[in-house]
Amino acid sequence: MSTFNFPESIRSRPVYGTLQAQVGKSHLMIADAHGAEAVLEMAAKEPAMMAQSHIIYIPKGMQFGLQIQALKPAQYYEGPSYAAAVSRIKRVLSDAAMGLQIYLSGTEGLIGQAQYEVMQAGFDYTAIQTEHRGSVARRMQCVHCKGITEDVMIDPFQCSHCGLNLFVRDHYSRRLAAFQGVCIDAEEPGNVPPSVELYS
Amino acid sequence: MNIQFNDETFRDDYSFKNSQRAIDRFPFPFHEDSYMYSVNMEQHQGGPVDSVYEKRFDVDEHYVSEMRDREMVLADDPLRCQSLPHMTLAGWDLLELIMVSKSEDYPELFELHRDGANWHWINKPLGINDRFVFMDDTTLPYGPMEYITRQTQGDFCVLDQREENLWMDAGIVTTQADWSLDFDIGMNFFEWHAPVPLAHEKGIFKRALKFLLNIQQGAPARRLNWTMTVNPLLDTSPENYHKWGVQKMSVTPQNLGEKQYLRVELQTFFRLPRSNALVFPIRCYLMSFKDIVSKAKWGRRLHRVVRDIPEELATYKGFIDNRPMMLDFLSRYDDGLATSFGVWPDSDTEPALSERTT
Repeated sequence: MSTFNFPESIRSRPVYGTLQAQVGKSHLMIADAHGAEAVLEMAAKEPAMMAQSHIIYIPKGMQFGLQIQALKPAQYYEGPSYAAAVSRIKRVLSDAAMGLQIYLSGTEGLIGQAQYEVMQAGFDYTAIQTEHRGSVARRMQCVHCKGITEDVMIDPFQCSHCGLNLFVRDHYSRRLAAFQGVCIDAEEPGNVPPSVELYS
Repeated sequence: MNIQFNDETFRDDYSFKNSQRAIDRFPFPFHEDSYMYSVNMEQHQGGPVDSVYEKRFDVDEHYVSEMRDREMVLADDPLRCQSLPHMTLAGWDLLELIMVSKSEDYPELFELHRDGANWHWINKPLGINDRFVFMDDTTLPYGPMEYITRQTQGDFCVLDQREENLWMDAGIVTTQADWSLDFDIGMNFFEWHAPVPLAHEKGIFKRALKFLLNIQQGAPARRLNWTMTVNPLLDTSPENYHKWGVQKMSVTPQNLGEKQYLRVELQTFFRLPRSNALVFPIRCYLMSFKDIVSKAKWGRRLHRVVRDIPEELATYKGFIDNRPMMLDFLSRYDDGLATSFGVWPDSDTEPALSERTT
């Protein structure tokens, strides 16, 4: 099962729902990895929406591509990474007309970054459907060097840019689409506890 | 009043010091012998003569040196000053509020001459003499918010008001108690306060927001907040925490009185007229434990507050590890006598510290 119940946390931490088809003229779905399952489940309940749907999918090694194509969406794109897909996402959003419904599913990094683009295009983030699926890995910003480390699974972790040992906070910025990482051994340099898996 | 501006540093050799006048007017934040979060708002319409509450924007002996420190922080990290594109009007509102207030409250230090949109601003302590066109960004060397807050003590958060919430959409933050403007910019009131323990559960933020949303022009409000800092370091930013964090370990029983500072924030809130934004200056006052205990009442009370504060708060405020050492020091200044209610030192009526027999 690709769903995970996040424990209750602080007010800046995003919360996710379950994708539900909305009444709309057209539908844009952006998903990565196990996020495909959320799209498939929504489509199973509301197959008619596919004729007006544009699906952008980043497999991250998962094998859901053929199943999604079998839904016969009006447009389908499969990208090798979010970075590769983002210019297309921007282009699609620049054409967005009233009545477009937006659905994001998969990892927090995908949901957060796509939500940022959607907000930049003028949508209210509360009007977007989101569903977390799959990995609980986080996209982390190092508060010190500002570098982003993708897919962080352990706490503490090493910043992929400056090399500091960072602990994983639940404090989250929508603008950066990232959680905050803060130096864990600032007060006693070298005193870094062993890393543990997130939510372990 | 003639202010002698100190030539001092808030980093490296830490030559910062408080004069007797600064000690006497320190905004001691504890009105009773214990502490818990509260909304604790009051009107910001002046206060006792020479207190930090008297003027709209208090200017004190640290002014010139604090502005020099801000300049250094901004040169190292320009992300400490940011303004989302829709906040420029609020920046002009803020510039006007500060220039008008300072020129009225400190006419010997600041002058503002207005001829329609042509303004002439003179800041004598900083040696600034600029003419510009009000509301024309091209006539200032920085954006309006940055221009005026490089000349005003305290951090500034400029909050947009919409959807029954406040949004941290602009600010200049170089003297902060360990929070990042760059990370928090664009967040709403509940989000940027998310990491604060206990207060959400107590409904503090809901009530505070309700109050702040209703602040009217000409009716500013204020409150105090506090934390602890080792050394008189203004820039306790998360950005530089990996550099300054280690200083917390430099406290010893011998040097604690000089090195341990109570850090008090005088937070004020002003409605801005054109943008309907709310400006939230956070002014930092630092005082060493040694100077605090020179007031008998403050010494007794600080000991009791630090001793009894819940562990979550001591952890959040970053002094849990040094608390035992702080208490060893402070207990020498607490003879158990009752203290009078309120924040003022009551130097004339409070009994002197009695010799301890133990």
